[in-house]
Amino acid sequence: GVGTASLALPPASLEAPGSVQQLPVPGRDSPVARAHRGLTLPTVSHYRLFPKALGRLVAALGVRELHLALTQGFWRTRYWGQPPLQAPAGAELWVWFQPTVTDVDKAWKELSNILSGIFCASLNFIDSTNTVIPTASFKPLGLANGTDHHLLRYAVLPREVVCTENLTPWKKLLPCGSKAGLAVLLKAERLFHSSYHSQAVHIRPICRDASCLAVSWELRQTLTVVFDFFSSGQGKKDWSLFKMFSRTLTDTCPLASQSKVYVDISPKNKEKELLEVSPAPTSVHEAIVQGDKKTYAVYDLLSPSLFNTSRSLNVQLKWKRPQDTEMPIPTLHAQRYVGGYGLQTGEICTLIYNTHPYRAFPVILLETVPWYLRLYVHTLTIITKGKENKPSYIHYQPAQDRRRPHLLEMLIQLPANSVTKITIQFERALLKWTEYPPDPNHGFYVGSSVLSALVPSVTAMKDMDVEQSPLFASLFPSSDGSSYFVRLYTEPLLVNLPTPDFSMPYNVICLTCTVVAVCYGSFYNLLTRTFHVEEPSRGGLAKRLANVIRKLRGVPPL
Amino acid sequence: MCLHRLICGQFEFVDSDRAEQFFRSGHTNNWAVLVCTSRFWFNYRHVANTLSVYRSVKRLGIPDSHIVLMLADDMACNPRNPKPATVFSHKNMELNVYGDDVEVDYRSYEVTVENFLRVLTGRIPPSTPRSKRLLSDDRSNILIYMTGHGGNGFLKFQDSEEITNVELADAFEQMWQKRRYNELLFIIDTCQGASMYERFYSPNIMALASSQVGEDSLSHQPDLGIGVHLMDRYTFYVLEFLEEIHPASQTNMNDLFQVCPKSLCVSTPGHRTDLFQRAPQNVLITDFFGSVRKVEITTETLSLDRDVAGFESKFPEEELATEPLKYAEQLPVAQIIHQKPKQKDWHPPGGFILGLWALIIMVFFKTYGIKHMKHVF
Repeated sequence: GVGTASLALPPASLEAPGSVQQLPVPGRDSPVARAHRGLTLPTVSHYRLFPKALGRLVAALGVRELHLALTQGFWRTRYWGQPPLQAPAGAELWVWFQPTVTDVDKAWKELSNILSGIFCASLNFIDSTNTVIPTASFKPLGLANGTDHHLLRYAVLPREVVCTENLTPWKKLLPCGSKAGLAVLLKAERLFHSSYHSQAVHIRPICRDASCLAVSWELRQTLTVVFDFFSSGQGKKDWSLFKMFSRTLTDTCPLASQSKVYVDISPKNKEKELLEVSPAPTSVHEAIVQGDKKTYAVYDLLSPSLFNTSRSLNVQLKWKRPQDTEMPIPTLHAQRYVGGYGLQTGEICTLIYNTHPYRAFPVILLETVPWYLRLYVHTLTIITKGKENKPSYIHYQPAQDRRRPHLLEMLIQLPANSVTKITIQFERALLKWTEYPPDPNHGFYVGSSVLSALVPSVTAMKDMDVEQSPLFASLFPSSDGSSYFVRLYTEPLLVNLPTPDFSMPYNVICLTCTVVAVCYGSFYNLLTRTFHVEEPSRGGLAKRLANVIRKLRGVPPL
Repeated sequence: MCLHRLICGQFEFVDSDRAEQFFRSGHTNNWAVLVCTSRFWFNYRHVANTLSVYRSVKRLGIPDSHIVLMLADDMACNPRNPKPATVFSHKNMELNVYGDDVEVDYRSYEVTVENFLRVLTGRIPPSTPRSKRLLSDDRSNILIYMTGHGGNGFLKFQDSEEITNVELADAFEQMWQKRRYNELLFIIDTCQGASMYERFYSPNIMALASSQVGEDSLSHQPDLGIGVHLMDRYTFYVLEFLEEIHPASQTNMNDLFQVCPKSLCVSTPGHRTDLFQRAPQNVLITDFFGSVRKVEITTETLSLDRDVAGFESKFPEEELATEPLKYAEQLPVAQIIHQKPKQKDWHPPGGFILGLWALIIMVFFKTYGIKHMKHVF
């Protein structure tokens, strides 16, 4: 059994100007820019809730949207269902810059360096060899007026490790830190003893209110953790907050305007009374999340009735009847693997499944492959149900050695109830011996490919449902209730490159010097040495003395 | 003030010519650079060594902003660690030196000889964040702790490169010439560690090593649950010694020199104090491991302006949009299909092409003579 805890903390939006703390406002838009019709974003100027580190960063570098995710593990869609918000293994950073930024690449490099200091991650390794500019995926998630893709940058570092040193600064960005509110549950020893751990930071401009005439900055920090109780030796599928986090909730953050815990109690196959949550929730809320109607037991931590008896809240769930472990198969899921053998060539295969019984929908596939795997685009084949499937849009940008990775973006139509197989062959390049990392036999990672799709909903979402949807479901704006937007990631690949023996330079020098000294030296000697016959010396002492003197003079002897 | 009197009191007992002993130490801030240079799971003990010094240094008051922590591999969240997010120093998992509040500045592949020397000398690319810089000045006491695998005259970084004692001595000399430290304590826990401090020649450096030239530093004890050796002997006993220190203790360096005798450590720890101006018995442990500040109590008061109305007027009015703004469409299929390809910018031909054409034209005219030019133009 698996207990999923998805914490989406309330966004911190700017308050109306006039709060107590006043900080110097960075340069406002020039009058010329204001005259143009465009989206003028307010500068972040007071930091009661919004952390100063990120506010100054956004203002100084002209960032419109920032999305950073650090993930350990891979979301197993077939066992755990559709992910609420998935991120690729390692570190993923994508940023939309404002049109006022003239040198986007320079701003991108500075941004990744500053973020590496804030989050203690090696984001400074982001450079042109792993940055791409997608042309169709990664549209802005916030308010946007025109989308010029030259202002977008996307990079992923699949080798990045996520550990407590990344969680510590993430917790420090919260208004109450990890001292009050829901964040007291976040202790590293329990969070990293899990099958999947993903923390993310999203900054984007949003509508301040329903009329959408003013713009606010939204900072959204999400943390998704999957606890696997079978592997941690607990066996039963009942869970409680204490079992998962080894502590309970005691109070709320004084700065929070809402603080809620949602427990998914949706009935499966229309059976009710299968499970029991305790203590009794403050309310039961129905919402349409990811195209399906779900029922949530909501614990509102701000309501006074919740904490009146004891100061600690430990939410527990017990199953009344044994449940089978089958999760419903999601409408869209994918997997990717490397085929082939040997250290010269290989093949990347991606399988995309559409399990909807009668609806077809398009999906955009974005693949970023490092330059040292040379893709052969003429071997790209897309096969659905035995026939070739031509994509409606392809954008391919070939790699440049040591400068740019491959970028392949395709818009593929997935027929109903089908499996689409995309294969492309590649050849492995030989790197220079200084370019290998200290542990080259581990292999080299290829980042996850990204699938963006509008999946048809089971239950259509109406406009008023959008207003009431819980916070964790409102990251992707929905234009049309009949389908919902989802972004999935495939597995990262681990590929072995032909690795040299690193002791060879030393061996080669020794061998070459030996060969040169012994063989060539002897040969040279043989060629240039002159031989002459030497007579046995006869004669008396005087003759010998005379010969010595003659030798000294350089004259032939007697 | 009390502190002033204490110093005056001591002043009477020492040689009155030694004016530099009037202040116990001339430093105003403390920095620490803690480096673990080994990769791979079986070098767990080197990460545990560095983290135990990190923990002591944080406990005694040096903040994260003044610590540059470099760990060459991740042991806590390593897939082979049976207890994720923990690094233990004592067997039976008694003490978790990793803790819940740790900030690693240089991780994994970033720990290289070049980065280490850049941190020390301050010659860092301008875009480096503050947490990765050693922003010390001439009144800083710096503690440098290094651990890993070493040999006679070198220390191995990540199994692929090494730093020699000459390079290290030169780096310290650069620091001295740029006045980047007031006093420096260098501790090294590797095999043949004493060879690393043999070549120092800058003033105000005190050095400690876990073993002499020709000796190996040994590891302490394995934990059968984790499966590797948890700490090295020298740092294990240093950690036990440091656990007794609190910010007000008066323990001095001579006690640190006695920390691991040959009976416990098997190797002979060494130290070098000839470059240091003060005598070791006058140097407190907290001068380097802690961040003890001199506090001056004042009776002046400062009144804060409670009137905040003035702030509101300074904030300019935001302009509102005339029509409601909207979110971008996430998957505009029609727009994507009909996207126009990006116009390729025209670049003038590069030097190679120009050179090639110049060569071809020159050869042509050389062969056929200059009088044919009128047929070309």
